[in-house]
Amino acid sequence: MMHILLSRWRQGHRTLPYPKEIPALSERFQGLPNIQAERCKAGCEACVEACPTEAIRLGAGGPELDLGRCVFCPACVEACPEGAIAFTGDHRLATRTREDLILAPGADLRRAEALGGELKRLLGRSLKLRVVSAGGCNGCEVDVNVLGTLAWDLGRFGIQYVASPRHADGLLITGPVTRNMELAVRKTYDAVPGPKIVIAVGACAIQGGPYYKRDEQLGGASSVLPVDLFIPGCPPHPLTILDGLLRLIGRLEDEGRRIS
Amino acid sequence: MSHLALPVLKNGQAVALADLSELPFAFFRDTVLGAVRQGLRLACLCADAQLRMFAVLADDAGRTLRVARTRLEQPRYAALTPECPQAHLFEREMAEQYGLQPEGHPWLKPLRFQKSWIGGEASPQPTPGALDFYRVEGDEVHEVAVGPVHAGVIEPGHFRFQCHGEQVFHLEIALGYQHRGVEQALEGGPHPLSLKQAETAAGDTSIAHTWAHCRILEGLAGFSVPARADRVRGVALELERAANHVGDLGALSGDVGFLPTASFCGRIRGDWLNLSAEGCGSRLGRNWLRPGGLQQDLDPRLAERMLPRVDRAWVETRDAVELLWGAASVMIRFEAAGHLGPAQAREIGAVGVPARACGIPMDVRRDHPFGPYETHPAVPALAESGNVHSRAWVRWRELFESHRLISEALADLAASPCDPKPTSLPKLAADSLCVSLTEGWRGEVLHLAVTDGEGRFVRYKIVDASFHNWFGLALALRGEQISDFPLCNKSFNLSYCGHDL
Repeated sequence: MMHILLSRWRQGHRTLPYPKEIPALSERFQGLPNIQAERCKAGCEACVEACPTEAIRLGAGGPELDLGRCVFCPACVEACPEGAIAFTGDHRLATRTREDLILAPGADLRRAEALGGELKRLLGRSLKLRVVSAGGCNGCEVDVNVLGTLAWDLGRFGIQYVASPRHADGLLITGPVTRNMELAVRKTYDAVPGPKIVIAVGACAIQGGPYYKRDEQLGGASSVLPVDLFIPGCPPHPLTILDGLLRLIGRLEDEGRRIS
Repeated sequence: MSHLALPVLKNGQAVALADLSELPFAFFRDTVLGAVRQGLRLACLCADAQLRMFAVLADDAGRTLRVARTRLEQPRYAALTPECPQAHLFEREMAEQYGLQPEGHPWLKPLRFQKSWIGGEASPQPTPGALDFYRVEGDEVHEVAVGPVHAGVIEPGHFRFQCHGEQVFHLEIALGYQHRGVEQALEGGPHPLSLKQAETAAGDTSIAHTWAHCRILEGLAGFSVPARADRVRGVALELERAANHVGDLGALSGDVGFLPTASFCGRIRGDWLNLSAEGCGSRLGRNWLRPGGLQQDLDPRLAERMLPRVDRAWVETRDAVELLWGAASVMIRFEAAGHLGPAQAREIGAVGVPARACGIPMDVRRDHPFGPYETHPAVPALAESGNVHSRAWVRWRELFESHRLISEALADLAASPCDPKPTSLPKLAADSLCVSLTEGWRGEVLHLAVTDGEGRFVRYKIVDASFHNWFGLALALRGEQISDFPLCNKSFNLSYCGHDL
């Protein structure tokens, strides 16, 4: 007993002060990409060719990067002879629509807005989620799970992962939705009482990730269900996931701090 | 024919197919069975579309690998499983992938519910989980079905228990829900996405799989990695092991209702993951390794900055985990559950933590050393009892070794300059085979590649430790109470996606 109390004293209070303060991330963390199209040479398609998931295409204003396809590897950064693409330390990546994930040069990312009206009233202070891994590599699952530890303490925001879809307000899906999980995903969704929401976490759940060409998967959660929130990354940092969840329930301002 | 006549391979060494003579099947079968009888381990058995079959036999005590190959004239052949249970899942896998018909296989069922790779009418998409489960009949026997979707943030799998009251007579595990086609995606490669697919073969074991993949390419290209890059890879692998072992010890603690260690470890695991993020930007070691070396080096300044953080994480880990061993309520539960003995473990070819937990001294880092482990050896951790306690204890002792290896490597890295960035690898050897093993935190990770005349992969095989060990979990549940399943399951903590690929 004394040992436990002593350890308790030594280990201290360690819940992160987020969202009052934003925790420091590694200098090498790869967050929101920044494209400086003015540096691009005419006719250069090095980044488009280098991207292994076809996340980059040349638009009218220069390279456009689809955060939903991006697996956050440095292929485009290394391929660009002009240094026009860089990953910044900005962890705020979640959006409400698939289209908003396409990052055009010079344009700001349209970050997720809060649920509106009745849904905001119902879920804004209490959101129960059933997590379904549908072909994930356990990377997104790990960083979804970690939000439940005392370091992040998801419960203090009124968000909780629940064991039964019957107790849930929505699904949080990871993985590209394999053919072998399609039925289970549909049945789990059907078992959630309405109104309900769906959150897609990670490149796989958004567009198939590194497996987007494989027949064994369906290309993400949107292929079977309507998705209300997209959280990109491979896998997304826990901070990115939490930022998305808090935006959805209207608890964050634009710069990522709490609405007092 | 004795296995001693087979060519000897070192871990990560390529061999030309021409030097690997094609044995008549009867010879191949006798050789493999004879070798396993003499204590070698069937680390891999796989086929390809041309009905070639390859076996990798690991002689852990003799520190060598032996590879045998044959070609079947027709899909029907005499199964190895009746005489060699280690072949059980491999033969089910080959039957599913290439339509092979192992005659006499006692348990021929789908493995991943995937379509056959050779196509044809015989291969419609099977319904996942729909198979004849082993059943125990009797008035008071009942069946419990769990999954694929579980009550927690866990990957999907289906578990079918045959129970008498609380007691489990038998557990059958049906997986395949995470099957996304990793092996086939790698065929024809290396492609631009291959590295990312290796990183995500089992995403919590990124470094062990990526390293095994890199060594396949390096072996086939005849390229040796600079010593510094190997040291950094070692740091990455041990950080991955430390984070997962700390997480597992915390989760085991939570499963027996001992909350202090569960809560502390949940957070401390994050400290170890964040050390990986310090090295490569990703908590799970993504974008760290690359064939030929590293995507991101640990420059001396960074290595120096990491050292005190490693020490702090280690002090807190010890403080949190040592509580476990002094808590009688924890010990009584750990010692009473989930027994898997050495005889059964050897029979099924168990690897990694569950094997070492019943006294089998097996660790790729020592037996088939790769990277830095040749010059900086790791001492395997052992326990005797084969129960939940032993598996927890092995993880605990391995944390000491990981901490030592990380600290020593970081101190050396802080004192030596970075290597120049690696250039691209030379062309891969044509018509060759390469086997590469690493010791992930769960146990042995094996990658095997066969190249065509152009040096492209015609077959790429991945065997995660979980593939060998899932059956061990089923055996450990026999005679246990069904309410102890979460505890037993956590003590193995196997990968679904690493099995399903």
